[in-house]
Amino acid sequence: MQMNRRQFFKVCSAGLGGSSIAMMGFSPNAALAEVRTFKLARATETRNICPYCSVSCGVLIYSTGDKSKNSQSEIIHIEGDPDNPVNRGTLCPKGAGLRDMVQSANRLKWPEVREPGSKEWKRISWNEAIERIAAHMKADRDKNFQAQNKDGVTINRWPTIGALVSSAASNEAGYLTVKTLRALGVTQLDTQARI
Amino acid sequence: MALQSLDIKQRSATTTPSPQARQTIEIAKLIDVSACIGCKACQVACMEWNDVRDEVGNCHGVYDNPMDLTEKSWTVMRFSEIEEQGKLEWLIRKDGCMHCADPGCLKACPAPGAIIQYANGIVDFHQENCIGCGYCVSGCPFNVPRISKTDSKAYKCTLCSDRVAVNQAPACAKACPTGAIQFGSKEDMKDYAAKRITDLKERGYEKAGLYDPAGVGGTHVMYVLHHADKPDLYSGLPVNPSISPLVALWKGATKPLATLALAGVALGSLFHYVMKGPNEVSKEIEKEIEKEDAQ
Repeated sequence: MQMNRRQFFKVCSAGLGGSSIAMMGFSPNAALAEVRTFKLARATETRNICPYCSVSCGVLIYSTGDKSKNSQSEIIHIEGDPDNPVNRGTLCPKGAGLRDMVQSANRLKWPEVREPGSKEWKRISWNEAIERIAAHMKADRDKNFQAQNKDGVTINRWPTIGALVSSAASNEAGYLTVKTLRALGVTQLDTQARI
Repeated sequence: MALQSLDIKQRSATTTPSPQARQTIEIAKLIDVSACIGCKACQVACMEWNDVRDEVGNCHGVYDNPMDLTEKSWTVMRFSEIEEQGKLEWLIRKDGCMHCADPGCLKACPAPGAIIQYANGIVDFHQENCIGCGYCVSGCPFNVPRISKTDSKAYKCTLCSDRVAVNQAPACAKACPTGAIQFGSKEDMKDYAAKRITDLKERGYEKAGLYDPAGVGGTHVMYVLHHADKPDLYSGLPVNPSISPLVALWKGATKPLATLALAGVALGSLFHYVMKGPNEVSKEIEKEIEKEDAQ
């Protein structure tokens, strides 16, 4: 920058004046400081259960909007439910990061099938999926069901299938699951619900 | 009526005092290192609440992840394996801002209102006023603030000032599944710590104690340590933290002296002008000088 002697003095005195004024407290910033606004103030709070393990911690899901007709909700925050006797508001690292699981781009949102010999996963409807599973189960059961063992004792066993059951199911759901599977003759039945 | 949800105790680079009449409770977070299992729920809860997501890192062969505090990881677990009295011990310390009563970052900060200390003890950064000079980093005795490479602003733990302002515990304290992070008034936290220390002493940790260093006027994040006589065992927790003497020299002596010198120069120039008047230069000489300048 080219500057002659007179301009140099002008700049210096302007700088001196400016910093003196600032130093005397005439700072251009307003003397206010506000914390970040509490982001859950009017968010919709929904109680739920963490889907990961069988501890089944209670969570509070906070979403935008008030569920009115024209407002689309989006989950903005998830934290522990202090009223749930299991965890009393606490969460493990997986539960604490639940929002990123719900909103993960890798999350499976619909049934998919990879048919024999195919490399591709194909999206199918829930009805198709349930029918397909039922048809496979029926075919396998018709083929392998053992009504009696070699001594002629009735066992009604379906030994070629196993079931893994949800870890977060309630007692009632667990009871119904076991009843249904036992009625079909399933003996290999497991769940993580034992922590 | 206050114009903010939390009363302000002091403000960086500001000489006008804040209103001091109201007395609100002093809060504190107590980290019981002996109860921590290193699950990192606090790290996740912190990111989740504060809407920051750090880069997915790499495994460095240790449990530390990320390896250091960043502008997006405001708290990290530091794992250290040590041998004390022939016994292997795994010490896990949750590192982050200590919210000093005498904050070195605030003392060093030259930007008005970029660092605020609230009456409840929280030291908070206001990024909109931050000029990214990094003085807070050198002023901090615990090496906590981090400057973002994307927006050149300093970031660190806020002790969830937005939650505390509406009487909620910080996100990390709420999430902690073992109760290793407690939150409450500073007094209650000291009482709770005393109970924990008695318990630890009964279990053979004779040097168990509270880490609330006097060198920075006490902190609003305190630790219960099994080896309070050797805080440096816990991934280099400073034994006697204090604000760097350079900060005190700069803000304590140099700044007022410089102000005085500045005022002296201004006053002197004024007197010179009044007494002697402007320096007259004839048109010919001026033209000659400008000609020389142009060359």
